[in-house]
Amino acid sequence: MIELKKGHGDLARDIQKLTGINFNGCLHCRTCSNACPFVDGMDYLPNVLLRLVQMGMEKQALESSTIWVCVGCNTCCSFCPMAIDIPMVMDALREKALAQGVKIGEPDILNFHNEVLKTVKKYGRTHKLEIMMRYKLKKHDFLSDVGVGLKMLKKRKLDLTPSKIKDKKALGKIFKK
Amino acid sequence: MAKTTYSFFPGCSLKASGHENTLSLLKFCEMVDIELQELDDWNCCGSSSAHSVDHEVARDLPWRNISLVPEGQPLLIACPSCMIRFKQSHLKLKNDLDLQKKYEKDWGRPFDPDLEIIHFFELFKRIRLRDYIEEPTKQLKGIKVAPYYGCMLSMPPDLRHEPSYYGLMEDALSRLGAQIVSYGYETQCCGTYLSVAKPELSQKVVTQIISRARDAGAECMVTACAMCHLNLEIRCSMKKPIPTFHFSEMLSMALGAEKQKKWFPKHIVNPIPLLKERKLFKSRSNGLGELKSIFTRKDVKK
Repeated sequence: MIELKKGHGDLARDIQKLTGINFNGCLHCRTCSNACPFVDGMDYLPNVLLRLVQMGMEKQALESSTIWVCVGCNTCCSFCPMAIDIPMVMDALREKALAQGVKIGEPDILNFHNEVLKTVKKYGRTHKLEIMMRYKLKKHDFLSDVGVGLKMLKKRKLDLTPSKIKDKKALGKIFKK
Repeated sequence: MAKTTYSFFPGCSLKASGHENTLSLLKFCEMVDIELQELDDWNCCGSSSAHSVDHEVARDLPWRNISLVPEGQPLLIACPSCMIRFKQSHLKLKNDLDLQKKYEKDWGRPFDPDLEIIHFFELFKRIRLRDYIEEPTKQLKGIKVAPYYGCMLSMPPDLRHEPSYYGLMEDALSRLGAQIVSYGYETQCCGTYLSVAKPELSQKVVTQIISRARDAGAECMVTACAMCHLNLEIRCSMKKPIPTFHFSEMLSMALGAEKQKKWFPKHIVNPIPLLKERKLFKSRSNGLGELKSIFTRKDVKK
């Protein structure tokens, strides 16, 4: 059991309130870190990130690239002997990072998520071409993946016009912000 | 046999970039007496992005879809990722009376705790393929396939009671005569959207998956996820990548579907030379017509 000094922020308790996950369960067996296919892109291994949460090291956890690189493939948590839903922890940490306005560890990934949600808010469904164009425009990256994009257009894998839903009111109800 | 009707949720990946997946899946279901009714006015399930930044939006997007399902119909979902979003959303509702009240107020329909949400794989428990094929073991004879599940078999802890479909593609494809290659990367995630935001990471895992399969003797990959299919095709850095098929294409092909020519030209890595080599590419008329159709590509322009 880890006891934090008086006045020290209790990140583990905050995240437990949101997710119901008890961080005392993590044994640091590193099964998650061994299973994760994307550790190369992370600054902290998944179990180390859980350690940061246990220790209440909020700044390091919220500013890490790990929480953004995790795609939620559930490989870690399907092997975790303590059944800790690690992708859910990542979700909660990302939302906390956004709410607190800290420095984002992987701004490109956040940019991508925002573009996806913009098209869902507008049309009710994703529109890949628009997501890609806006994403690249924001990144000022006009050259990479042009070849792939053209190939996809040619094979009709990127629709020119978005597929839309009829009930626009429903979207207003879902996207209140 | 009597037709069974399912509500069908295609999801954005199948609807927009996996046309050949949708077409072959619909064809397969038609051939095995399953009627699919597309969910009327369905919306995106929120994909990977909603749950990454806003848990309320991630919860509400599948709620609306769930409220659209006609009473008594099971909901069939073709995309593994949408499937998890739906299941989690439905489970959360089932366990929380306050949320149920909110759902009923928001969407004006009573909550159905017994709604069946099933993945395409579940159909194989409900039908017998051999009832529809005369000589099953000859249909895909000679082709060496590497089944690829990606992350679709990994479930979060709250869905641990869900059935595991590990081995389902191996079982179905080998029954149809294909030779299964085991290569150790069957359940490695393809990187989904990292393909856009972190292409170098995605390229590394995809190339590793495909090169291991090829080194183990596979001539092609078979996947049941439209997102995996796209990533395997566009992010493989091998000089001569092997083609990737949708599971539904393989099944329809084995059942003798004749519309194959509409699907394969949509692939970025052309699978037709391999199919011809294995004598699996069927043309309706003669050899000449088949050649002509490939050169003119009428099906692509439509």
